[in-house]
Amino acid sequence: MTVYAEQLSCQELVELVTDYLEGALSEEETVRFESHIGRCDGCQAYLEQIRQTVALSGRLSAGVLSPEAERALLDAFRDWRSS
Amino acid sequence: MSGEAQLIDALRKGDEEAFRELVREYQPSLVRIARIYVPTQAAAEDVAAETWLGVLKGLDRFEGRSSLRTWIFRILTNIAKTRAVRDGRTLPFSAMQEPGRVPEAAVDADRFLDPEHPRWPGHWAVKPEAWPEDALLAAETRERLAEAIEALPATQRAVISLRDIEGWSSEEVRNALDLSETNQRVLLHRARSKVRAALESYLQEDTA
Repeated sequence: MTVYAEQLSCQELVELVTDYLEGALSEEETVRFESHIGRCDGCQAYLEQIRQTVALSGRLSAGVLSPEAERALLDAFRDWRSS
Repeated sequence: MSGEAQLIDALRKGDEEAFRELVREYQPSLVRIARIYVPTQAAAEDVAAETWLGVLKGLDRFEGRSSLRTWIFRILTNIAKTRAVRDGRTLPFSAMQEPGRVPEAAVDADRFLDPEHPRWPGHWAVKPEAWPEDALLAAETRERLAEAIEALPATQRAVISLRDIEGWSSEEVRNALDLSETNQRVLLHRARSKVRAALESYLQEDTA
């Protein structure tokens, strides 16, 4: 077995990023993943972009209720309580 | 009494503030899940409103065998499914169970060198570049991000919305959407990969 046969290609690595971030890789796969990341600036940048994408999604404003819709629901709540 | 039991008790006693907080907490997630079943944002908001009425109607009978959250989401999916059937829409259930057998590449194959390349098989041909921090934080970038999420297939959109926008755990998403662990991860992977690609093409066009 050559060393190369054990290494991930960049194309394979990008498919494992979610498994890696979710902690779903085996110990061995994690070592392979991290050793690739350690010596590949392209994949490092890719992983960072995925992390930034996740972080940025968390900053999207959640769908808020319009004041009218909230009032309508509170009215329904009052009706329900008094029924 | 647990926090949840206290909350239910308060609701039954007609505590308006408790109801308002509950609605504010769950409304965004309800609308996002409803969007899997109905075609428009407005229809999804209707389904969410109908869900709250269903919650009030059932509250006195709620026995706490499941968590309040699970119970509310079950009411939502029942209402959304009924509406989808009424509107003659086919339900994306098979899509929900199966992310699709056709593999989707996270990154276009033409970004990589040939897998048979003698020296660098499958290596980046065009490497990703670090994104400029200021552009990343611009309001317009957030708009592009929102558009990219909106453009995803329904189940991918639901998973990424709940996980990354709402911050739910994978277990919570699996329970709410009735997904296996693997399928949840596959859907999340496809969604995040596409959204990243959309941001990359936007941010690069910006700096070019």
